[in-house]
Amino acid sequence: MSMTAAPARDQRRWMSLLARWETLLVLALIGLIVLGTTLSPFFLTAGNFSNLIAALMEVAIMAMPMTLIIVLGEIDLSVESMAGLSSAILGFLWAAGVPLWVGIAVVLVVGAFGGLLNGLIVARGGLPSLVVTLGTLALFRGMALIVLGPRGVSDFPDWFTAFGFGHVPGTLIPWPFMVFLALALVLGIVLHRTWIGRQVFAIGKNPSTARFSGVRVTRIRVSLFVLSGMVASLAGIILTSRLSSARADAGSGMTLTVATVVLLGGVNIFGGSGTIPGVALAVLCVAVMQNALRLASVTVEVQSIALGLLLILSVVIPTFAHQAKSALDRARRGRPPPADSIARGEAAP
Amino acid sequence: MTLPPPAPPVAPDAVTASTPPRIELRGISKRFAATQALEDVSLDLLPGEVHGLVGENGAGKSTLVKILAGVHQADSGTIRLDGEATQIHGPAHSRSLGIAVVHQEPRLFPDLTVAENVFIGHAPSGRLGSIDWGGTRRRAESLFRELDVQVDVGAPVRGLSMADQQLIEIAKSLSLEARVLILDEPTASLSAHEVERLFTIVRRLRGRGVSVLFVSHRLDEVFALCDRATVFRDGRHVVTMATRDLTTADLVRHMVGRTVSLFPKVETPIGDVLLAVSGLTKVGEFRDVGFSVRAGEIVGFAGLVGAGRTEVARVLFGIDQRDRGQVLLAGVPVSFASPSAAMHAGIAYLPEDRHQEGLVQDFTIAQNVTLPILPRLFPRLLTRISTERKVAHEFTEQLSVRMTGVDQLVGSLSGGNQQKVVLAKWLASRPRILILDEPTRGIDIGAKVEVHRIISELAASGLGIILISSDLPEVLAMSDRILVFHEGKITAEIPRGQATQERVMFAATGSATVDEPAAAPAAGGVQSEQRLDG
Repeated sequence: MSMTAAPARDQRRWMSLLARWETLLVLALIGLIVLGTTLSPFFLTAGNFSNLIAALMEVAIMAMPMTLIIVLGEIDLSVESMAGLSSAILGFLWAAGVPLWVGIAVVLVVGAFGGLLNGLIVARGGLPSLVVTLGTLALFRGMALIVLGPRGVSDFPDWFTAFGFGHVPGTLIPWPFMVFLALALVLGIVLHRTWIGRQVFAIGKNPSTARFSGVRVTRIRVSLFVLSGMVASLAGIILTSRLSSARADAGSGMTLTVATVVLLGGVNIFGGSGTIPGVALAVLCVAVMQNALRLASVTVEVQSIALGLLLILSVVIPTFAHQAKSALDRARRGRPPPADSIARGEAAP
Repeated sequence: MTLPPPAPPVAPDAVTASTPPRIELRGISKRFAATQALEDVSLDLLPGEVHGLVGENGAGKSTLVKILAGVHQADSGTIRLDGEATQIHGPAHSRSLGIAVVHQEPRLFPDLTVAENVFIGHAPSGRLGSIDWGGTRRRAESLFRELDVQVDVGAPVRGLSMADQQLIEIAKSLSLEARVLILDEPTASLSAHEVERLFTIVRRLRGRGVSVLFVSHRLDEVFALCDRATVFRDGRHVVTMATRDLTTADLVRHMVGRTVSLFPKVETPIGDVLLAVSGLTKVGEFRDVGFSVRAGEIVGFAGLVGAGRTEVARVLFGIDQRDRGQVLLAGVPVSFASPSAAMHAGIAYLPEDRHQEGLVQDFTIAQNVTLPILPRLFPRLLTRISTERKVAHEFTEQLSVRMTGVDQLVGSLSGGNQQKVVLAKWLASRPRILILDEPTRGIDIGAKVEVHRIISELAASGLGIILISSDLPEVLAMSDRILVFHEGKITAEIPRGQATQERVMFAATGSATVDEPAAAPAAGGVQSEQRLDG
């Protein structure tokens, strides 16, 4: 039947568009590596790659739960402050003589509670997460400054700093990369291979239908914010370890990079679509780009501009591509959009 | 000062060629996708007449109002205003032609004052083009004096009653020197006293030559207020007559006299009570609702939109919470905090809004069908596409969904097939009670017959079914028993054999029953039991 042939073609085209987005990322990655190589002979060395990866691992780690949250149709802007708060508490506790492993446990619990706060206000209060987490972005940072003040704590034991700084024995792979890999693997399976992930997509695409289908929307929303808070704390711990210093302003500005990475990875800012592999590719792209810019002695200000442009482009390009595609489809089918709104209007004379 | 000059009231039936109607509609048609909302409709609105417009849900009243208000444009037909051919291009144009619409729920700015709302967009200007606030206030005051209504024009609109807000809309139409006033279901949320006040004002406006189109479900009001009445049915004009030549029974007969070929319901033995509801109340929505549903039984919920039928369903499915009352599921008292709890207890709800609540449009058929049962289907978290496809296949096959395969995106299916996917989805959850809210709305006749066949078969398989429908012939043909809702209460319970369109419509419009002693709201299964035995 000709009527049913068209949708199948649509689906194929949609799939190919998705494939193209990730293909695009791979091409961009290759382009950036080539560019980096021309900029500096030092660029294409294992040591440099190890460094450029290590430099972005906190962002990459926080981007994993952020992917799920944005697919869900929400956002968590507070992650960088939670990382800062974690760093501050860890430093404070260590300086006060508390064993480090206790400090780490406390910090992860704090992260979970911070996420719970975000999640409850968003899911129970029905408030936009953009506003709620903007509030907690300031709240957590303020708390961090109260806990630690302007000072830094830096006399951490060697084993702790070795974790952030060192490599897996016999390789140049930074330890934090292994954390990222594990997280990407687990959350990738959760999002793409379990029914929890399916429910996350359903909520992102149509929260009413999800709720009417018995999906526990509130529970999933709250859980993901808790996860995001905990992972942000983990990132704060890794950051403290890598810099061998706990500071209240740790992680400042990271949310921007996290959001950029997730959106560049092809996650729809309005929720409902996106992949973990796409975001992982975007992590590599941004890491290489930042490294190349640094090797080219581009100033921090210009680097920030580049990142901002990347964020905007990664939202704008798919949107325009989608609009162009649906306009094309409509023109081809020569049929107006569904008239459901009209049917409903008529039903209540 | 802003009222139109008083015109001699025209006797409603004294239509002569010398006085052209204020509005003359000829052959108006309007089509929305698959739905022919209006077909070749003609209507005259005379100067100084109050003209009632009645019809069932979906008769085309709203579409006509929207065409006059400039929201929609007619596909064909002519509109004459005072004898002059006109086209209404948009809402602003409609207003400038002197047409004002007062909606059931007025669309005002709650934080602006009464005077500001009346004059929004056309406030008297002072020097330098600034708004003359003093003048605005004084003119608003004089408008309300002419209406003989006490309102503080400096108070914000927020907090005013619906009735007062409607009067502000009317005052606004006067300030625009409207010659045509359309009242779209104005009395639905008004008290008896407020209705009387509204009528007094409408009569006063009629005396000044304003033409009023009064759209209402309440037939007694049409008789009390209107000079003439027009009945629409299925987008067509049925009759226009002077109200003094009409009776309520005539009007109801004109409203309902439609037949649709339907799948004949399979007679099914009716089993035990599955669901028993008593005294169910949600303040402001419905009160003291009591009924029962038995295995194999289809209980029809008839009534007009907003009568409380969907609201009852939402409480039964755990979407909203009740204030009072009891729900027994297979004899056990239940209360659901969420749809997922209701689902686990064996209740399924096919929602009214297929697109927004029933389906995820860009999920595949398989993904939609398995959405409610994912945790049960995959207890070890990991999904298996083959399992999903098998389940989806089983249920879509049973309902003969026309598709290329279960991997097709739902959004690319026709309305009827989409609805079958929603049904498949709920059947896959293996419910005991299935609530269907407007299951055939907006789908073509062929699909409709199929959906009816499915509903009938489901009942035969032992499900208890609640069928909410505004489509009278459908409710009559499919239901074993019909409960009629009117303004949040069950006003009649009519067994299958005794149900006629007239009886249901009388109960649904709150008109006094003519031929029968009023059926008492049924409390539980007692009444049905008598019927079964008898």
